[in-house]
Amino acid sequence: MASLRLPRLIRPSGRRLYSAAASPSSRLNLPIDYKSTPLLHHTSSTIAESLGLPGSSTSKSMNLYQAINSALRTALTKSEKVMLFGEDVAFGGVFRCSMDLQTEFGSERVFNTPLTEQGIVGFAIGAAAQGMKPVAEIQFADYVFPAFDQIVNEAAKFRYREGATGVNVGGMVVRMPCGAVGHGALYHSQSPESLFAHIPGVQVVVPRSPSQAKGLLLASIFEHNNPVIFMEPKCLYRAAVEHVPSEYYTIPLSKAEILKPGKDVTLVSYGQPLYLCSAAIAAAEKALGVSVELIDLRTIYPWDRQTVLDSVKKTGRAIVVHESMVNYGVGAEVAATIQDQAFLRLEAPVKRVAGWSTHTGLQYEKFILPDVARIYDAIKQSVEY
Amino acid sequence: MSAHLLRRISRNHRALSKIPQRWSSSISQRPGSDRVRFPGAVNSKFTTDMAFVNPSTMDNIPTYRVMDSDGVLLDKNRKPSGVSNEEILTWYKNMLTVSVMDVIMFEAQRQGRLSFYMVSAGEEGISVGSAAALTPDDVVFAQYRETGVFQQRGFTLKDFMSQLFANCHDSGRGRNMPVHYGSNYPRMHTISSPLATQIPQASGAAYALKLEALQNPDTPPRIVTCYFGEGAASEGDFHAGLNIAATRSCPVVFICRNNGYAISTPTLEQYRGDGIASRGVGYGIETIRVDGNDIFAVYEAMREARRIALSDGGKPVLIEAMSYRVSHHSTSDDSFAYRARVEVEDWKRRDNPIIRLRKWLESEGLWDEDKERNMREQLRKEVLKEFGEAEREKKPPLREAFEGVYEELTEEAQEQMKELKRILETYPEEYDLREFKDGINGL
Repeated sequence: MASLRLPRLIRPSGRRLYSAAASPSSRLNLPIDYKSTPLLHHTSSTIAESLGLPGSSTSKSMNLYQAINSALRTALTKSEKVMLFGEDVAFGGVFRCSMDLQTEFGSERVFNTPLTEQGIVGFAIGAAAQGMKPVAEIQFADYVFPAFDQIVNEAAKFRYREGATGVNVGGMVVRMPCGAVGHGALYHSQSPESLFAHIPGVQVVVPRSPSQAKGLLLASIFEHNNPVIFMEPKCLYRAAVEHVPSEYYTIPLSKAEILKPGKDVTLVSYGQPLYLCSAAIAAAEKALGVSVELIDLRTIYPWDRQTVLDSVKKTGRAIVVHESMVNYGVGAEVAATIQDQAFLRLEAPVKRVAGWSTHTGLQYEKFILPDVARIYDAIKQSVEY
Repeated sequence: MSAHLLRRISRNHRALSKIPQRWSSSISQRPGSDRVRFPGAVNSKFTTDMAFVNPSTMDNIPTYRVMDSDGVLLDKNRKPSGVSNEEILTWYKNMLTVSVMDVIMFEAQRQGRLSFYMVSAGEEGISVGSAAALTPDDVVFAQYRETGVFQQRGFTLKDFMSQLFANCHDSGRGRNMPVHYGSNYPRMHTISSPLATQIPQASGAAYALKLEALQNPDTPPRIVTCYFGEGAASEGDFHAGLNIAATRSCPVVFICRNNGYAISTPTLEQYRGDGIASRGVGYGIETIRVDGNDIFAVYEAMREARRIALSDGGKPVLIEAMSYRVSHHSTSDDSFAYRARVEVEDWKRRDNPIIRLRKWLESEGLWDEDKERNMREQLRKEVLKEFGEAEREKKPPLREAFEGVYEELTEEAQEQMKELKRILETYPEEYDLREFKDGINGL
């Protein structure tokens, strides 16, 4: 019987039993070094040059969960209408994003809800319809589906169906950790942004860094009067550390950011894969002598088509990168739009580097999701086409 | 405090004392106690009698009524307190208005003059009686069979007809199916078709009112009222909404219209417990079952529920109002496909909220056959007049198809409007724009 052999089987094997360890011979698929990536503000000096960030501010080095926490604290301080709730939010949240906020702002404004996603989103819709600014948390994006009806049929259509009554739920934001983390398997890895991007009426936002997360989250709460789905790549919560302005500031939604100018290929992505893109670009520019432009979409829908089209009209080549499944993903919409509106400028087919059309089985994550090698290969194929 | 909790506290460097928690004092079992101290049920007695709680052996929750089906007060010494005869006559007129409008609009739909309709025959007492106990500042979330709530709270025949014909005066800007009414003030959220979604929303709105009252003590006390049918109560959103209202102490009154059917499904196939009321108790919510054909009972229960909802800083209440859906489910339904004609006729004859109140009014000398005939004729004329005007009115301009999705028109939407305009101009014979305000220029 197998059970009799178990003690032998669970002896330490000397290597990790999970997660995406790089092959010993890897030259491309190396762990991302967040301490040196050019995508993060390692000192306060680069903040001023960055799009959308305030120039003259004090800043503090923090990771993504601390930046979210800072944004939430800023929001709760700025307006009494802001309230924060979800599962396990009161003690600080399972990812620490709401640390100390209940102590500071009271259990009336920062509180736990029963374990019910449809209830959480429905509750947020009702509060927003009465003029509050509810920031609801879904513990993992994988568990947003029970609330899908409330988001699709209710939140997204609220303003439209209310018409002349003028009532809307523009004050609400639904935050959720998303994306792969190395060992999240089927239900702690998903990125359902394209499902929400198919729904008119909601704005879908994915930040890539702490400073961006704070500005985009504050803009979602205060400056865009539409319901916002705010997806936080959870593997960046602790990994991505950079200088974040201390003051209140916002980064406009529906505006993409050119992270690195280039002239031969346009690479479009958002969230965590941008770091993979950056590494792939460094390798490709060195090995292939090409110049790659990197664009962070930031807002998945309604998205900044102009920035992407302007770039592709200049480079003639485009690649879209995201974690979620390739078919019907964000890349499909971006590629179709490019084909439609930059057809005569294209010198190669638009490529999509994304998750394969399967589930994120625990042991297979590193083979399923885009990595540096696949992005590098796409750049190579695109320029050699 | 358990080692587990201490670990959590030290790991998170925070005090838990501010959060109301059942186990914050002690979760240990007192020696010799006859009660369980499990955190999930702190006041449960131990027993050595292994007895399963059997719902079939329990008495059903009684049904509150003030007058019987002949309009006779059961307690002769009292009448519905604090309500003038004029006000009661207004309720009666409002119930009649809904009833007269229902008959005309149902027929109009059968003639193909509007796309859809839902009557509320047999349930006018629930909607008018409950709405009568609300203030204009209270907020309503409805399902769709609550026309009487809109009527009682000041919706005009012109408002109803504009919505039903989706014309340019429709507050929904021609976007919603008929009977999906809405109003900013008194606030009655625009009805949406998905069932029960309004229940957790009502809890959230009630919590917002509670927070607002805390932050701004000068605001008038307000509650949220949420209507739904017994079928909708099977949705997960019912569970979510009531549970979250209880845990967050929201000033919300849930009113279930239990009319015996969800389209074709009888209650025996909807649930096996004691109706919807028995569930309220399970959520720790004060609950009452009332005779929905008795407008006095509904009014009194709602008035008291409103008081309870505003007490102790806010709490939810559940009212289950029993009735019978006399009508077809909608104009798309022929209910004789699943229930006997005789059953419906029996209910129509035997018991009906309008006839019941009429009998009471007559016994008080407030109403008679002449008044009834005149009132019905007058209402018929008014409905038909508004009907005709609404039907002739232009539809909203075409741009309303695109506006209101977001606060501002997206660049993509502007492009699509331009493209639609090009199509309309290129193929003018394919599209009839005469009905729409400003024709092609409405885009």
